[in-house]
Parts: sequence; structure tokens; C-alpha cells
Amino acid sequence: MRGDLQKDTNDMAEIQIKNVAKTFGAYQALHSIDLAIADQEFMVLLGASGCGKTTLLRIIAGLETASIGEVWIGGRRVDHLAPKDRGIAMVFQNYAVFPHLTVFENIGFGLRMAKMPNDEVKRRVERTASLMHIEQLLKRYSGELSGGQRQRVAVARALAMEPDVILMDEPLSNLDALLRLEMRAELKGVLAESKTTAIYVTHDQVEAMSLADRISVMHQGRIIQAASPIEVYRNPAAQFVAGFLGNPPMNFLRAEKAGDGKWNVAGETVDGPRGAEAPLQFAIRPEDMQIADQGLPAQVRLVEPLGAHLLVTCDVDGTMLRAVLDSDLSLKAGDHIKLAPQPDRVRWFDPETTKAVA
Amino acid sequence: MSPRLLPYALILPVTLFLCVFFLYPFILVSQQAFGSADGWSLEHFRDVVSYWKFPISMQNTLLLAAAVVPVQLALSLLMATMVTRMQKGRDLVLYVWTIPLGISDLAAGIIWLAIFEQSGFLNSMMVGIGAIDSPMPFLSYQNPGIIFLAIALAEIWRATAIMLVILVAGIGLIPKEYYEAAEVFGASPWQRFLRVTLPLLRPSLQTALILRVVLAFEVFAVVVALGGSQFPVLMSEIYAYQFDLQNSGAAAALALIVLAISIVFTLVILRALRVPKGATI
Repeated sequence: MRGDLQKDTNDMAEIQIKNVAKTFGAYQALHSIDLAIADQEFMVLLGASGCGKTTLLRIIAGLETASIGEVWIGGRRVDHLAPKDRGIAMVFQNYAVFPHLTVFENIGFGLRMAKMPNDEVKRRVERTASLMHIEQLLKRYSGELSGGQRQRVAVARALAMEPDVILMDEPLSNLDALLRLEMRAELKGVLAESKTTAIYVTHDQVEAMSLADRISVMHQGRIIQAASPIEVYRNPAAQFVAGFLGNPPMNFLRAEKAGDGKWNVAGETVDGPRGAEAPLQFAIRPEDMQIADQGLPAQVRLVEPLGAHLLVTCDVDGTMLRAVLDSDLSLKAGDHIKLAPQPDRVRWFDPETTKAVA
Repeated sequence: MSPRLLPYALILPVTLFLCVFFLYPFILVSQQAFGSADGWSLEHFRDVVSYWKFPISMQNTLLLAAAVVPVQLALSLLMATMVTRMQKGRDLVLYVWTIPLGISDLAAGIIWLAIFEQSGFLNSMMVGIGAIDSPMPFLSYQNPGIIFLAIALAEIWRATAIMLVILVAGIGLIPKEYYEAAEVFGASPWQRFLRVTLPLLRPSLQTALILRVVLAFEVFAVVVALGGSQFPVLMSEIYAYQFDLQNSGAAAALALIVLAISIVFTLVILRALRVPKGATI
């Protein structure tokens, strides 16, 4: 049953965005975006609100026109085409499930517009509805559906088109936490099964990490880094990415040069980059430190037991630093401890350019 | 005051107002319509319906409504769509288009009379550019078609804006995402209008059409100004019964007939444009 949702494998749907920029009046929403997305790849555009991720998605969809630049889908330049001629389907943040149509007619809307014969419409609607587990709702109106069910209708409507590319604009952000978790897993399965290229916009880093083949982290109209979730997490290309991903985010401490490849961090000497001269930012994730005899001298300020572990906020040389430590430790505010960073997890950033330094 | 009683207390003034100025007069009118020298009867209704002017005034009223309302519906939909699409100057255009609403219907009739009468603007202009040699009596009894056309034009000019205002408000309530979804899934602008705007506008269309159709059955001043006695309508007949013939029983009976027609059309419109349960925005 599920197998026949796979599209023709000859039909490659890689996406290329070439030098796309967008201005709204005097406001530059996107600065010269270059991005290549492979066929069948699940790409997540991640960033805070106002970073341009939705604008970029809407330009790919054709709901917005780029000020300059080109969009290519499957080797075909599409930026001058209407949305319906681009081989895309879209899932909207507020679902946009038509209230005056039944679930059946909603899912079949695009097929009807494409003048598909009735029996084919019926076949495709029933198949995608069963895929999204809403086959029992086909006769209902959207006013009689819950948020999660509307979300399923919106996804089914997009899948029924058997598009080359499926675009999703924060599709889970209006669902409650539990439902979001459930839909996230389901979306990932369904999309992998359909072998559709997907672009997914979200501000939720957990959603991004769990869904993406690759994440493009966006900030102020630029793509800061596009890489696999683990790469973005472990090797952030810029200080912004390091601070945006992870909860709690990466810690930063000022480092002064103390010799060839030696850096002074909070009075401790740490091995670091050889090339740089000017002060750097020493960076370490909260879970990559442990209490040891040797390490950064820290005074505990706040202890938050989170069950699985302790979230400890300490003062290190005047900077607040957070560490995720073993929950068996008995720590209290005012304790003096030494925090040893795991050497292979330490990262360095140039405070001038904010870029990573090897 | 207890929260349970507060709502009733708040609607009390308007309820009283409606009872005194609507319900009570309505009962009086009904009494007049159904009353006669010897108790209740349908005598006034029989008189009114069998009078020779009743069929022609009924026909004129219905024809006028049938000619004017569809044109107004189409026009107001077009204008509302245009206004909604405007980025700048939207309010200004809306104000200008609704100016005729601020003019009394008698004044509107007189404005259009000034255009169509024998010494009016239209004649002066056509003589001026040499299209005709001498002014023509457009609104004379020999040209019933032109009288009808002039009345229809004046009504369209005068009362389209009331529908426009309701429809503009209604279109404003339709979320933009529905149009974007329709566009992405392949609907052309015309299909978006037919498949998104019209169905989602049903509640506003109901209101606008009911208001406009009821007002169309009450057309009076414009008709009197332009058609005089050449073009009898139901309302002018009620006027004639009440003031010329001093027969208030017959006037009341005819008024109730107009009310009945209005109620029937209201029910038809409500039924035709109903929104199924669960299918609202």
C-alpha cells in the first residue's frame, strides 16, 4: 500500500537556490542566499522569527518573488513560474484547510484543479487519507476536526499531489507538545516513505535536529551554516549557531594567548589553535564538562535538579557558565569546584568575525 | 446585580424601544388591515388585490428588483474585490464609493431627474455635441423602457454601496492563507474567487442580499421622482391608499403583503446561502 506512494525515481527533484535576495522597501530580508538541496533530502530551515526562513520558503513556493537570484527545481528554472507549475505542494502554519469543503474535497482540491478524473481523485484521496490515518473523517468539515486532525488533512492534501518537493512552514507549531512529538515522528516516516524532497521551516531546534537530513541555520537573512544535525551541533561554524542550538546553549569564555598553541582560560592553560594571535572565545557545551581535580575554577551559584541530571550554573572568572552534571552529586550554591572540559569537544571562535577557528 | 440577570437588564432598553416603536405599531397596522365594520375580515386584502393597479405595481416592483439586485450584487462583488486588493488609497476609494449612501433617496431621485428630464444634463449634452437636434422627453409616458432604465440606474447608483460595505467587511474576514493554499494547489484567480471567496463570503452575502432585496421591495422616492404616476410600485400604491384615497385599512393590508413578500425572500436567501454546520471559518 505505502510503496505505491513512491514517485518515479527518474524524476530528480534537487533544488538549487542561486544568489537569492529579497528586500521589502528598505528592509533587506534575505542577503544573497546560495543553497543546494539534494533529491529526496529533508532540509530544515532553522532560525529565530524574522531571520528570513519563511520568506525563503515562500520564494521557493512562488508566493513571494525574489528581488534577485534564481530558483531551480529538478534542473528547471522555476522562479518565473506560477506556484502550480513548480511541482511543489505546501503545508501551511495555520493548516489552511478550507472550512467550506469536506476533508475529502480538501485533500482532493489540487487534484480537482488539475482536472484529474474522478476515480483517480478518489483513489489518491483515499490512499493519502489512510496514510495519515484520517480515512474515517473524509465526510467531515474542518470545523468538526481537532488541530491535530486538521494538520493531518493539510499534510494529506500536499501528499495527494505527489509533488517533487513538499514545503512546510512551521507545520507543528500550533499543536500541543504531546501531539507535536507524535506528528513529528509520523511526518518523518511518511516523508521518507514517499521519497519526496522536503523543505521544512521551524524555529524549534529539537524539531530541526530530529527531522533533518541537513539543517540550514539562518540569522538576519543569511544562511550561517548548512550541515547535518550532528555537525551543526558538534562543529558550529559560527558563534551564533553555537549559542542558538542546544538547551542550555554552548558556554563561552574569553581566552588569552599564553604561548604557541596554549591559551589562558580563567587562569587555566588549555591547548588551542596555533595560528591565532588576538584573544579568542573558548567554547564548550554544558554536557561536555565534568568535575575533576584539575580544571576551570568555578563557584556554584544555582543547582537545578532535572531528574536525569543536574543543571549547575557557576561563576567562572566573572562569566556565568552552565554545566550538566551527574545527578548523584551533592552540590549547593557557594561550593567551589573544578570543571574539566572534555578536550576533543572544545571549540574556538574569533570574537571579531564570530567564525569558528580550527 | 447578579451576573445571571445582568444580560437581561442590558438588553431591556432596546427591547422596550422595539416594543414601543416596532411591535406596537405593527399590531396597530395588523388591526387596521384585518379590521372592518363587523369584526375581523379579509375585506381590505380582497379590495387591494382586485384593484387594477395591484398587478402592474407588483410586476413593476418585482421587475425592478430582478433587474437591479443582480447587477448590484455583481458590481459590489467586483468593487469589494478591487478595494481589498488595493495597497494604498483604499479608504479614500471606499469613502468615495459610499457617498451615495449619505444622500436621501428622494435627493438621489432628483439628481437623476436633473440628468434625464427634457431640459436636463443629458439632453443639453447630446444637443451640444449635435447627436440630436432638439431635447427629447426621455421620461414621458411614451418611453416606459427609458423610465425603467433611469429608475434602475438611479437605484444601482444609490444603493450598491450598502452591499459593498458589507462585502468588504466580509472579505476582510477571510484569512489570506486560504488564497495562498488555493494558489499553490493550482487555482487560477477566477477559480480562487469562485472556490474560496464566494463560499467563504456566504454569511456576508446573506446579510447583503437580504438587506438589499427587502429595500428593493420598499423602493419609493426614486421611482416617484423619475416615473411619477407612469411607474406604479407597491410602496407608491400604499402611499396613494393612505394619503390620496384616505383608506388606511387598504394601505395597511398592502403593507402587510409587502412584509410577507420580504419574509418569503429572506427565508429563500437564508436557505440558499446557508453554511453547513462545522463549515464556518
